[in-house]
Parts: sequence; C-alpha cells; structure tokens
Amino acid sequence: MLNAFWAELKRDLLLAFRNRGDLLNPLLFFVMVAALFPLGVSPAADFLAKLAPGVLWVCALLSALLSLDSLFKSDYEDGTLEQLLLSSESSYTLAMAKTIAHWLTTGLPLAILAPLLAVMLFLPTQAIGVLVLSLLIGTPTLSLIGAIASALTVGLKKGGVLISLIVIPLYIPVLIFGASAVQNATLGLPVSAHLAILGAMLILSVVLAPFAIAASLRMSVSN
Amino acid sequence: MAKKQIMPLWFYQLASPKYCYQITSKLLPLFAGAALVLLSVGIVWGLLFAPQDYQQGNSFRIIYIHVPSAILAQSIYITMALSGAIGIIWKMKVADMVAYACAPIGASMAFIALMTGAIWGKPTWGSWWVWDARLTSMLILLFLYFGVMALYSAMENNANAARATAILSLVGLVNIPIIKYSVDWWNTLHQPATFTLTKKPAMPVEMWLPLLVMLIGFYCFFATAMMLRLRNEILRREKRAGWVKKMITKT
Repeated sequence: MLNAFWAELKRDLLLAFRNRGDLLNPLLFFVMVAALFPLGVSPAADFLAKLAPGVLWVCALLSALLSLDSLFKSDYEDGTLEQLLLSSESSYTLAMAKTIAHWLTTGLPLAILAPLLAVMLFLPTQAIGVLVLSLLIGTPTLSLIGAIASALTVGLKKGGVLISLIVIPLYIPVLIFGASAVQNATLGLPVSAHLAILGAMLILSVVLAPFAIAASLRMSVSN
Repeated sequence: MAKKQIMPLWFYQLASPKYCYQITSKLLPLFAGAALVLLSVGIVWGLLFAPQDYQQGNSFRIIYIHVPSAILAQSIYITMALSGAIGIIWKMKVADMVAYACAPIGASMAFIALMTGAIWGKPTWGSWWVWDARLTSMLILLFLYFGVMALYSAMENNANAARATAILSLVGLVNIPIIKYSVDWWNTLHQPATFTLTKKPAMPVEMWLPLLVMLIGFYCFFATAMMLRLRNEILRREKRAGWVKKMITKT
C-alpha cells in the first residue's frame, strides 16, 4: 500500500515538474490578484495593513481553486484514472497520494511565496510567521476539499465554474480561521486556538475527504 | 434462500416507483389539507391575535414566516443528504428522486428566510443586511443548495447525477455544523435560537404557540410540495413503464 502511495506521489510530482507552466500559473495568479488590491482600493500603508490578512487568504483560496480543474483531468482523459481505480490498491491511497501531490505543487509554494506579498501589502512583521503557518495548515484542507469537487466534475466538459460554485461554500470555515489567525497576530493577540482549529479541520478532512474523493472518482469513471 | 432484510418491509416497498406513486397519491391530500389548515390558522393567529413584542412592536410578527422557513431550509438539507445516502447505499431510484425533489424547495426556503431576515433587520438593526452569524450561515446554506443544483443540472446521466449530488450533499452535511460554529465565532449579533428542544422558549405561550402551528404547517407544506415534485419525476423517468402507460390510457 505504501509502495503504491509513493509511486503515485512520485509520478504526479514528476509530471508536475515536467509541465512547469502549470506549476507557475496559480502562483502568478496569486501575485497578480494581490497586486490588484493596492491599485483598486488604496495604496496607503495603514489601510493595506488592515486589509492584508483577509486579502492574502482570499487570494490563496482563489489560486487554490484555479488549480483544481486540472487535478484529475489529464489522468481522466488518457484513461490512467480508470486503470488506477481498477488496480488492487485501495482508492483511498490513490486519492490521498494525488491530493498530497497537488498540495505540494500548489499549496506549499503559495505558503512560501506569501511573505513576499505580505511585505508588499505592509502586513506587520510579527504576523508573517503566523501567515505562513496558517497557510501551511490550511491549504492542505483546501486541496482535500477541492479534490472532492474536482473528482465530481472531472467527467464534465464545463467543469471550471461549477467547481468554484461547489467548493467556495465549503472553503469558508478555513478562510475564517486562517484569516482571523493572521488578524490576531497583527494585533499581538494569541493565535494558538485558531491554528488548532485549522489543524482539527485538516485532520477531519484527511480522515474523511479521501473516501468522498474515491467515491466521486468511481462515479466519474463509470460514466 | 431469501435475502436477509435489514430494514422493515415498507422501506423496500417504497423503493418501487409504482408503489411509491400509489402511496403518495393517498398521502398527498392528507398533507395538503393539513398544510392548508395549519398555515391559515397559524398566519391569522400570528399576525392578528398574538400579542405585540414590548420592544419590537408589530415588526416582530415576521417571525412567523422567518423562523419556520429557516428551520425548514436546514431540515430539507438533511432530508436531501440522507435520502441521497440511502440512494447510494441501497441503490434506490426513488431515494435519488426524493433528493432531487428536495433541492429547489430547500433553496427557496433558505431564500425566504434570508429575505424575511433582511426585511426584519431594517426596523430592528437599521439596515437591510448585517453580516451577522446566522444570516451568513443561511446565506452559505443557500450557496450549498446552489452548488448541489448546479451539479445536478450539469450531469446528463440521471444515475450519475444522483450519485454526484448525494456525495456533495453528504460532504455539505458534514460541513454544515463546522460552517455554523465558525461563523458563530466570527461574528454574532443575532438573537439566540427561538426554538430549542431542551429549553423552554423565552417567549410567552401566546407568542410561540402560533409559531409552532406555522412550523408544523411549513413541514406539511414541504411534504406536499416534495411529493408533487417526486410524483412528476417518477412519471418522467418511468414513462416507458407499463403501469404508467396503463394509467395514462385509462384516464
């Protein structure tokens, strides 16, 4: 089981690195959308500092959303997905490996890039660590929930907007706790409770989401 | 050897579209009548005879629409998710159809709750919309309904659409308490829940009794509307079945 997990993870990561464009696009989107706020709202430092926690989290959420459409698409189209589901390995393992690969190629770079944008949006320095930490704990949950929607819509021709419609309401709790953790950090308030709840959501979605992903994939393949 | 039955017999009988169609034709007038009586009694009682609120005056009377529709919006979501689960587990077409029938009714209930909440908010809070916890979670519930309906309409194959929406509504069902508590934490301004099962209501009897009548009336209305949609859907999907043809040619 572990062998299949590593093999699948390695394969997906390799595929991602061979298509560097796909890897970069969500990150560029993240940077560009964040750059819109000073232009559209106000470049004043104190104002942006107040806005920054929410803006950064919303941008991270949107760019996570953007990458979902392609999560299972190519594997579905060339039949790999069907073969993987037919194999004797559990589909839970498969779903987990693919989602982790997705997080390593989208969520993790996002968290690493976030401090740069935080500085550009004048987020107080003491909050930057919490921002990275909250993204590190929160984005895997986004990947797991998003993978469910991606698996549900992979067989459809017009998946793109539909994924967003399905996923945005489910992302709201992560957004609330992620953004308010950063908010608290800017004010010097304790953040451990928020991070702990983000962690609890992560654990819950690690346990439950792969079942939903696997069931959705089987539904899409049976089409 | 006969298969072991886990569930009572009526459960398996309901799985037959024909049986379900026949039983709902008997139940339909009962629920429709009850809904008509309860809703008319409740609305007249609530709007004309219930005492005024000492703070909000007459404007509180919108509660007789607002609270039942909000409760219904949540109950219908649970009904939809559970019948979707039954559809997945027992492969029952009728359960899939029930889930399908529930979604638009639930969405309209959530919409009514939001509209009446906004209208009520104007005199009490001074603005049409407040980002208050319970209004926001109702808005998110409406979004969840929209997601389920959008997914259903995007799928061409009935069986797949039913499975996909069942999975999505189950995921939503797990999420609803999480959303509720996170939004509660995020912001709260709303008055506490009107009805709880364990505590005595904070309102006097003359005020909550019509509300209870309205609530049961709303449930009966939901049952009526759901059965009407269900029967339509059964006929649409079973249009090639012998019993449907026989029924149509007879009348």
